[in-house]
Amino acid sequence: MSSVMANNKTTNKAANQMIKQKGFAIDLKTWGPFVALVVLALLGVLINPAFLGLDNLSNMLTRSAFIGIIAIGATFVITAGGLDLSVGAMAAFIAGVMIILMNSLVEQFGAGLTTVLFGVGASLLLGLCAGFINGMVTTKGKIEAFIVTLGTMGIYRSLVTYLADGGTLTLDWAVRDIYRPMYYGSFLGITIPVWVFLFVAIVGYILLNYTRFGRYCFAIGSNEKVAEYSAIHVDRIKTMTYMLQGVCVALATIIYVPRLGSASGATGVLWELEAIAAVIIGGTMLKGGHGRIWGTVVGAIMLTMIGNILNLTDAISNYLNGTVQGIIIIVAVYLQRASWRKAAP
Amino acid sequence: MLLSARKLCRSFGENQVLFDVDLDLQVGEVHALLGENGAGKSTLVKILAGYLRPTSGEVVVDGSQRHYRSSGEAEADGVVMIHQELALAEQLSVEENIFLGRELRRGMFLDRRAMRQQSREALAELETDVDPRARVKDLSTSDQQMVEIAKAITRDVRVLVMDEPTATLTENEVSVLFALIDRLRQRGVAILYISHKLREIEQIADRVTVLRDGHLVDSGPMAGRSKEELARLMVGREITEMYPPRTHLPSDAPVVLEARDMVVPGVVKQASFTLRQGEVLGFGGIVGAGRTALIEAVLGLRSKSAGQVLRNGQPVVLRHLRDAVHQRIAYLTEDRKGKGLVLNMDLRSNVTLLNLRAHCHPLIDRRREEQAFQQAIQRFDIRLRTAARTAAELSGGNQQKLLLAKVMSIAPEVVIINEPTRGIDVGTKHQIYHFIHELTEAGCSVILISSEMGELIGLSHRVAVMCAGVLTGVLEGEQINEHEIMQYASGIKGAEVDEQCHG
Repeated sequence: MSSVMANNKTTNKAANQMIKQKGFAIDLKTWGPFVALVVLALLGVLINPAFLGLDNLSNMLTRSAFIGIIAIGATFVITAGGLDLSVGAMAAFIAGVMIILMNSLVEQFGAGLTTVLFGVGASLLLGLCAGFINGMVTTKGKIEAFIVTLGTMGIYRSLVTYLADGGTLTLDWAVRDIYRPMYYGSFLGITIPVWVFLFVAIVGYILLNYTRFGRYCFAIGSNEKVAEYSAIHVDRIKTMTYMLQGVCVALATIIYVPRLGSASGATGVLWELEAIAAVIIGGTMLKGGHGRIWGTVVGAIMLTMIGNILNLTDAISNYLNGTVQGIIIIVAVYLQRASWRKAAP
Repeated sequence: MLLSARKLCRSFGENQVLFDVDLDLQVGEVHALLGENGAGKSTLVKILAGYLRPTSGEVVVDGSQRHYRSSGEAEADGVVMIHQELALAEQLSVEENIFLGRELRRGMFLDRRAMRQQSREALAELETDVDPRARVKDLSTSDQQMVEIAKAITRDVRVLVMDEPTATLTENEVSVLFALIDRLRQRGVAILYISHKLREIEQIADRVTVLRDGHLVDSGPMAGRSKEELARLMVGREITEMYPPRTHLPSDAPVVLEARDMVVPGVVKQASFTLRQGEVLGFGGIVGAGRTALIEAVLGLRSKSAGQVLRNGQPVVLRHLRDAVHQRIAYLTEDRKGKGLVLNMDLRSNVTLLNLRAHCHPLIDRRREEQAFQQAIQRFDIRLRTAARTAAELSGGNQQKLLLAKVMSIAPEVVIINEPTRGIDVGTKHQIYHFIHELTEAGCSVILISSEMGELIGLSHRVAVMCAGVLTGVLEGEQINEHEIMQYASGIKGAEVDEQCHG
């Protein structure tokens, strides 16, 4: 911006004014989700002071970690102009394979750390492969991401149902005892899932804002042709976003499995929509070219917070969780669009 | 007086772009509106056509004051604007587009037959063979332009505003358009014509108004005004030597880039060329002759079915533009909005996008990026009159300079420039020509694809001409003139062209 002043002194004042106006509008856009989160939290406190209890907050953040971690991956996919509907089914499938693998390894390695590490490794590998498939079919096959991931969603969902033979896959009890701390344990008073969430968010933030990969995601999401004419390997970058998404799903699954110790055809249902909702509430544009990691983090926390607040009050039935979430998604996006309009000259 | 504007002012925020501008349009005149990019032409015509409201001042139509709140209200008064960027619904048919928003009906249902009939008549008047049932997406850019014009004339148009209508038209289409303008003029339609092409304006304008930096600097009859005088009024300074002298080319200048027997399925049938160090190699031909396809195949942006590329005499395989960048070859696309710039991205990121790795160690160093951007502003004279944050907010000329800064960021040895001055004002054109000259003086080689004869003739050491996918000939020295180029471009002279050239 300093260039403006250096270059043309006569319009200096006008330019400064413009910067101020825009600065304000940008602030609104950037801080909108945070403001909404604070408002929601205040509402929570008013409804029930227990909301602010350490246990409640910790529980809430831990629960938001699954969707949050997946949504950070989704932020990359959506910023680069793609979409991944398969994440919920992918999580269920990965959870299923993990459980079967770990159960069968108990005989060989016993119910020890080795078995769990194999499970974790397999999960990451599966996530990476599943993302690679989504990315390759989308880019090389030149099929819309919506269609491809709708297809793989159905595939993964039916695969886990098949593996569980229509029922539920249950993790060996002995393994479960060792694996338990991954979800229930804590470090420095903060639960492990929240640490993972924080770690993924920080890595995601740096990737998106301070690396070529992130910048290329913005460029591709804005205009794929321009990206191509800027010597960017468009297909490669897009595939990488899906692979990153796959790894995020794997990480979320790794901390999810010890929570219930089971997987079935009903695991992770609608997670994809919750993840997309978190991304959108956070201010990322569904059409691509504009993404924000911290917004996504806030979005994921907000979604969980709504359920949490409804749990703490009798005023609104818990069954209306979806209604409240839906309203908040629409209002959040409406407010963001309104500030967009103000920002345009 | 059909339409007059009195003391129009318009500000965007604190930034005033139009200062007390007057304009009069009489029945049956072609009124040219001239000015550099950012002079306020678009703002002025948008006010007249109801797309923008003035901050102060008035618009008078038929003697009474109008306050248009939308373009629809202006159109109801017969004031219609044809946009620079075509505004057509691509997936709809030609006739559906022509009647979009004012469909003819019989009772509750669409009267398709009447609409097709009227569309056909309008298109026939334009002497174009566009089928009213064709999908707009499948039409060439120039045919789409014709549809825009047909859309305007099927309304009861009295004032027609045309913003750069010939930017994407071929010579033939331009003459059809001019004949049409002539007929409209005889019918009493007033035409407000925006163009950067002074030769065209000399040809068709009755009166001319010149804007500079938002101020009216001159208005009056075209007769008695020369092109040179108008150019001087627009720019505010004397433009001497539009084209700089050619760089002296030693006879032993090495060949830096060579393409042999290139074939691109369906577009390029046969083409070979060489480029020497310090040379400007022009590429002439009509739109659709395969020039862009050939160059993009050389660069790895398009797949070729045969052909070989040599860089400094060594065969190289360029599969992706990144490979070309490694070979220090830069490409400036002709479509700066669709392929060149990320319009909603900030200016700095646009400039560094092509060579981002130079700013990564391994994370992006935003301070160094900003430095590179500031240097680019200086070097390419990018003028940020407003606090533009994104590329979309810049004027066409400044966008072109921004794009130039972007492709030059790789410090190329070969620069391929496609239509460098499309839709750009005289002042910026002049700067770009001199920039090309500086490049060759510094030992760079330039390929210049252009549909402007003047540019090709004024800048090139040699001119390669293409017709229907065949490189028909390479002209040198005295051969480089309009007549010769046209002969090769139409396939009358030069290498065999098995298919009839069209255009």
